[in-house]
Amino acid sequence: MKPPPFDYHGPATLGEALDVLAEAGPDGKVLAGGQSLIPLLNMRLAAPAHIVDVNRVPGLDGIEAGPPGVRVGALARHAAVERSPEAAAALPLLRQALRLVAHPVIRNRGTVVGSLVHADPSAEMPAVLALLGGSVRLASRGGEREVPAAEFFTGPMESALRPGELAVSAFFPALPARSGTAFHEVARRHGDYAVAGVAAAVTLDEDLRVAAARVACVSVGPVPVVVDVTAACGPRPAASADWEAAAAAVRDRVEPEGDIHATADYRRHLTGVLAVRALRDAAAAAHGEEA
Amino acid sequence: MTTRLFGEPVRRREDARLITGQGRYLDDLGAGALAAAFVRSPHAHARILDVDVSAALDVEGLVAIYTWEDLPGALAEPLPLLIPHPALTHGRTAYPLAREIVRHVGEPVVMVVARDRYLAEDACALIRVGYEILKPVVGIEEAVRGVHLVHEDVPGNVGAHLVQEVPGHGGVTAREAVEAAPHRLEFRLDVERSACTPLEGKGVYARWDADDGSLRVYSSTQTSTSVRMAIAAKLGLPLPKVEVIAPDVGGGFGVKIVHPWPEEILVPWAARLLHREVKWTEDRREHFVSSSHERGQVQHVRVGFDDDGRVLGLEVEILHDHGAYTPYGIIVPIITSTQLLGPYKVGAYRVEFSSIYTNTVQVTPYRGAGRPQGVFCMERTMDKIAAYLGRDRTQVRAANFIQPDEFPYDQGLTFQDGRPLIYDSGDYPEALRMLKELIGWDSFAEEKARAAAEGRRIGIGVGCYVEGTGVGPYEGGHVQITSDGRVHVSTGLTSQGQGHETVFAQIAATELGVPIEKVSVVTGDTRRFGYAVGTFASRAAVMSGNAIALACRKVREKALRIAAEALEADPRDLEITDGKIHVAGVPSASIPLATVAVLSNPLRYAFDEEAKRATQFAGPASDDRPPVAEGEEPGLEGRDYYSPVRSTFAAGMHAAIVETDPDTAEIRILRYAVVHDCGKLINPMIVEGQIHGGVAQGVGGALYEKMVYDEHGQLLNASFMDFLMPYATEVPRIETAHLETPSPLNPLGIKGAGEAGVIPVSAVIASAVEDAEGITIDRMPISPSDLHHLRLTR
Repeated sequence: MKPPPFDYHGPATLGEALDVLAEAGPDGKVLAGGQSLIPLLNMRLAAPAHIVDVNRVPGLDGIEAGPPGVRVGALARHAAVERSPEAAAALPLLRQALRLVAHPVIRNRGTVVGSLVHADPSAEMPAVLALLGGSVRLASRGGEREVPAAEFFTGPMESALRPGELAVSAFFPALPARSGTAFHEVARRHGDYAVAGVAAAVTLDEDLRVAAARVACVSVGPVPVVVDVTAACGPRPAASADWEAAAAAVRDRVEPEGDIHATADYRRHLTGVLAVRALRDAAAAAHGEEA
Repeated sequence: MTTRLFGEPVRRREDARLITGQGRYLDDLGAGALAAAFVRSPHAHARILDVDVSAALDVEGLVAIYTWEDLPGALAEPLPLLIPHPALTHGRTAYPLAREIVRHVGEPVVMVVARDRYLAEDACALIRVGYEILKPVVGIEEAVRGVHLVHEDVPGNVGAHLVQEVPGHGGVTAREAVEAAPHRLEFRLDVERSACTPLEGKGVYARWDADDGSLRVYSSTQTSTSVRMAIAAKLGLPLPKVEVIAPDVGGGFGVKIVHPWPEEILVPWAARLLHREVKWTEDRREHFVSSSHERGQVQHVRVGFDDDGRVLGLEVEILHDHGAYTPYGIIVPIITSTQLLGPYKVGAYRVEFSSIYTNTVQVTPYRGAGRPQGVFCMERTMDKIAAYLGRDRTQVRAANFIQPDEFPYDQGLTFQDGRPLIYDSGDYPEALRMLKELIGWDSFAEEKARAAAEGRRIGIGVGCYVEGTGVGPYEGGHVQITSDGRVHVSTGLTSQGQGHETVFAQIAATELGVPIEKVSVVTGDTRRFGYAVGTFASRAAVMSGNAIALACRKVREKALRIAAEALEADPRDLEITDGKIHVAGVPSASIPLATVAVLSNPLRYAFDEEAKRATQFAGPASDDRPPVAEGEEPGLEGRDYYSPVRSTFAAGMHAAIVETDPDTAEIRILRYAVVHDCGKLINPMIVEGQIHGGVAQGVGGALYEKMVYDEHGQLLNASFMDFLMPYATEVPRIETAHLETPSPLNPLGIKGAGEAGVIPVSAVIASAVEDAEGITIDRMPISPSDLHHLRLTR
């Protein structure tokens, strides 16, 4: 369990980092929190020729929260975002989700943007970005581009990031007024990747009827599965919304696979159960916000 | 009066060192040593066609590459079969490096030595081994069909077959008793594989002294004395030229009692050959695929019983998966088949096991060592009888208990030590009474009804076990009091975190009347104590604890004799308090043990002020007696051994309350209660710690851990990401009550406690989940996904 040989780069500026990445091309890999990359290296499941450690690059650890949403820099640790009162105020879902990400020691080093780039369909933060319709900002020597979540996650552990690019930040847009969110998951052990999990966002109209309801599901497809269940719930008051119908719609949409921890059927069933719980809690939170 | 330390919850003296990073584990040693790494088989069953090392030769820092062809003499022979048994008619062991055939994924094929581990692994990655794939045998059912063979010369893949039968009253056989019984049940049970998975894997570090022709080996082992003998034999070295030391060891749980592991002889061999220090530290993946597993069994049960639930006849057939090799013999299925009976007397008993080869990692004892499977079998049987009769589960158990006045109780079987299975003492009805009170058994029905009214499902479960502990043949202790008054205790068996430095010091301090601060303890270092068996089978406290107590008594007797002379008193009037010997009731007439130590060693040369007292002109001495009297030895030290006639039998009963989520099928343990009887307690805090660790591993076996092999013999979850060892968050708070029925077999009256916690947990959780769900649970572990599907088939 020792990594194969690689060249280590520790750029001191963003420009320098982008230069190194441009030269390394497909053989380059960015090291930020290292919580996924280092195990992959040690198990020799990844063998990049160049490791570009961006931890010394200034200005990448920002957490900017405002009415439009929260922008999280490439070096902002899970724990920093989880504990940021501004981020929690702007988007309670961030804290709700981050509390489910692995364990405190991993959150202390791991980064939100790193988790997005790793694009594990079992991870919480890709689901959050997908649910909110956020985006990832990718920088390269040629310039910057902002890629929406729907285009960013392209497959299991695959993203739209191209060789030579560095994901410098991610943007999580805020929800409209009278919105609430929740994240429910079932993991085999506390902090493990979820067997199934559902993030939900519900927005109520002025009469406190469901105006919009959406979920994003983890561990039940190649990428986070976003389902708009507004129609299934019906434009009813939250208390009488048909969450079971919404869950049925979710169960129909997901494409889980079985593995050594759970069968596909159980994952589908569980996703429905968690969808009801997450939608109900999200609606209650939307109510609470109104009150 | 000296504080009596025996029985007190003295805080663990080793913890400050271990939890502040001051421990010296194997990989902390030998910073400049060469590193070994291994190319291991990627196939479960294959013939090695060729090994091409040419690409690896370019790796800078490569020192050596070895295959089986390079091994000389005894090293080229199969590894020892440690515990032969007449029923093990087809015992097979591996070669240190594979010869022609590999029989499980992970079997070592090539050894690489390089400047560091990184380079050694780089070289490993470049070595090409050509294989002809053979048909792998995976799973007990596939193996017993015997269509494909793990070993060509082992028909039907059956390594061992053993029947033990205890007739009932009037010589009735178990079969007859079952047939004649008013009620009968028949069922099948399945227990999955798991493994010890200590946080520190194995490791070996060897230093060859070419001038001296001697070898010093550090190994993360549970038996340094036996590793020493194996190395001397395999390398053809005189025993006094080999020393083996177990440094701090980060957990063993059984896997490190197996020896010699291939690496334990290959690394010292390479060190001698290369005249360089060589070290190998096992990594996690290596541990999963090349150390040992345990637990996997299929059991077929037939039981006959009367209206009160008394078992009149019990027939059990066990298929035991022992993996590719049998280095540790058939200890695991022997323990399953004998300890299955637990605290019960059954009318007639017949147990038959077949120990089966498969192309998987070998099976050797893991904490509990076959007992969790046996207890699962017996306790499931008790619950099924209770369900059939509509009786309370604890009543059925009580109806079958051996009574306190029936000890010693002979179960009529032969135990793992080759001795009769005779329980020495116990009080099972009292243990059950205590457990029911602790968990609130009798009021649980109301609690369950209240929960049901809230839409919650809860259930309660119970499980009982008896554990034969402290198996022989022997352990020894050496105790020396030096002229500074310090007490040096050593014993040959090893420590893996149990707290031996504390409990052995408690025993010595109590026996000798000295403050515990004066006592130091060394374990597992053949330079200090050469004769030992090892740490396993919950035996360290019983075996070494008693040996140390006996050695202390020798030292005490000698000290009193010398002091009596100096104080002109009768030794029978003397006692030792706080390190000073004095006439009972007269503290002023005293002499420190330190001074007695000086006087015990007549000197010609004084090297300090204290030593002057023992020199030849120092004081009056008899002119007609030699300075060292006949039959005496210089020095204040003693050595003794404890060798019991048979094992001593600890017991315990656990109960749990679980909650199952009606929708997600998650299983949560709400309460976990333990009543534990290991005879006299040396240190209740350490016993509780042992129980907590054991229950944690038991929870793993009940709800989380399994080794998942695919049909090709690939282990699919060889990492802690997918092999679900429970975290602290998955382990419930454990409520404990102690019962003390002393063992009549040893001077301290103690029984072993090391494995106890793990033994009944799967049985208890199965019982509780069954109670919550009303679904029969016949297979462990159980996951939420499993429970979901069981609900669907209800």
